[in-house]
Amino acid sequence: MTGATIIEKLLTRASDKDTVEPGDIVVAPVDVAVLLDTQFFGPSWEGLRRVHDPERLAIVLDHAVPAPGVREAAAGTRARKFAQRFGVRRFLDIGRHGIVHQVIAERGWAVPGQVLACSDSHTCAAGAFNVAARGLGAAEMMQIVSTGSTWYQVPPTIRYDLEGRLAADVTGKDVFLHIAGAYGDALNHALEIGGPGLADLSISDRHTIAAQGAELGADFTVFPADERCLKYLAERTTAEPSPVSEDAAARYAVRRTVDLDVVEPMLARPGAVIDNTVPVRGVGQVRLDQCFIGSCANGKIADLEIAARILAGRTVAAGTRLIITPASQATYLEASRRGYLSTFVEAGAVVTNPTCGACFGYHLGVVGPGEVCLTASTRNFRGRMGSPDAEIYMASPATAAASAIAGRIIDPRELA
Amino acid sequence: MTAEAKLHLRGRVWLFGDAVNTDEMYPGFAMRLPVHEAAQHMFDATRPDWPALVRAGDIMVGGRRFGLGSARPVPLLLRELGVCCVLAEEFSSLFLRNCINHGLPALAMPGVRAAFDEGNVAEVDVIAARVRNASTGHELVGKPYPPLVLELLRHGGVEARLRSHGYLA
Repeated sequence: MTGATIIEKLLTRASDKDTVEPGDIVVAPVDVAVLLDTQFFGPSWEGLRRVHDPERLAIVLDHAVPAPGVREAAAGTRARKFAQRFGVRRFLDIGRHGIVHQVIAERGWAVPGQVLACSDSHTCAAGAFNVAARGLGAAEMMQIVSTGSTWYQVPPTIRYDLEGRLAADVTGKDVFLHIAGAYGDALNHALEIGGPGLADLSISDRHTIAAQGAELGADFTVFPADERCLKYLAERTTAEPSPVSEDAAARYAVRRTVDLDVVEPMLARPGAVIDNTVPVRGVGQVRLDQCFIGSCANGKIADLEIAARILAGRTVAAGTRLIITPASQATYLEASRRGYLSTFVEAGAVVTNPTCGACFGYHLGVVGPGEVCLTASTRNFRGRMGSPDAEIYMASPATAAASAIAGRIIDPRELA
Repeated sequence: MTAEAKLHLRGRVWLFGDAVNTDEMYPGFAMRLPVHEAAQHMFDATRPDWPALVRAGDIMVGGRRFGLGSARPVPLLLRELGVCCVLAEEFSSLFLRNCINHGLPALAMPGVRAAFDEGNVAEVDVIAARVRNASTGHELVGKPYPPLVLELLRHGGVEARLRSHGYLA
């Protein structure tokens, strides 16, 4: 008897088939489609004649907000007109906004069993909630908004079984960097993360790992919907979850175990994460011009909490900048209530408005030629955060905060 | 030009390596610019002279993990520069979808990187997933696209297809 993996089950159900195999092409209705400000940079959406179902649609302004220039301001105007014209109720304009993957999580827009579509490559983040979610590009979003469905190729699945429990100051980011360094890419595969260690892994850590599947080239990153997941969602939505689990006889391309007990603070060296990560403690002297904590992967309240704990009563080193971008207005507000924003500013950090901003080198923290940056965000490609002549290292918020204080890359446990 | 002609291509080859990523092809700052200007910044960090050298009808040939990274519409810049087809050992599926959705044929073809030298002429039959090096006679065969993808390419991408079906003015 053969069995199915989580993504195979999600795509089987969505496409109304009896069974699917890796390599099959299926056509599936999309339950939730989310548009971004970047889609409205050009005028082409103005020509859309109809929308398949405005109740399945949401619009979130996140990449370049508030508008740093006229082009982005015009995009905002187009998005507002579009939302009004087609009666899109879930429209998060500037002031109610956040990075799309964060607002999907915190508002319970992704419910186990669903198919979710968004242009952005980190859409796989919603897989933390047992959802078939992947980045599709803006052109394909126009098709989904018009017709309500799209096609998927069923990917083979790579399974990670987590065991044990993470140590203090070690987070989901370190798990991802560990996997990227130890096992390399997952190009055109689904990642499935489960195992006995999952129960102790926070939703925040799961969401970070799911988002970062994109850096390994994974189509989807999916988690089972355990009690912790269902409880998190029940606090946010009344939508009924229809979780799927992997079969005992599920067939995997590869199955590996990760012992969380031994994962330590990890660092990606500049240029890539795949086959390019090392433990922070062995890195040696790397002086830093800028540290950044933010993005869909690392701008969550749990990330800000750990940064605030490390920064409390300390100051950012002279010659180093620390920029912190909460992932959403809700995160920003919660950080304010908890006093984190004061802690950050007292330490000499800059806190920006929620946006994708510095993560993709667009605004609010672009790096210059010859600079060295340590980022707790999503990518460290050459040129990603600005100048192609800057070096971008990547690590967890704990490592970024500790390193900002030291002015060089350090293991956060050195400060304890 | 008939629709079918877009799926039978012949062009001069530019060679690229492994793990060519989206940010390298379409730098973040260039997203602030109109497409025709952004296209001049392709490969700013790694091959800045390329946008001035590439000509209409040229073909890119890359290695493994081609197009890893973001969803930014790199194919718009490639089309702006006249690139008519992208071949690679393997593609990030998001990049591949982006190409198809913008009507730019992109074919994964194991062995293609070693089969060409820069400046060779490639002949590509997108429907049959066949590539021939016209300069050496070497032939490769990949896995053909499913019908729904070929239909998208025949239309010239998503927008053109939506237009022809009445969804888009």
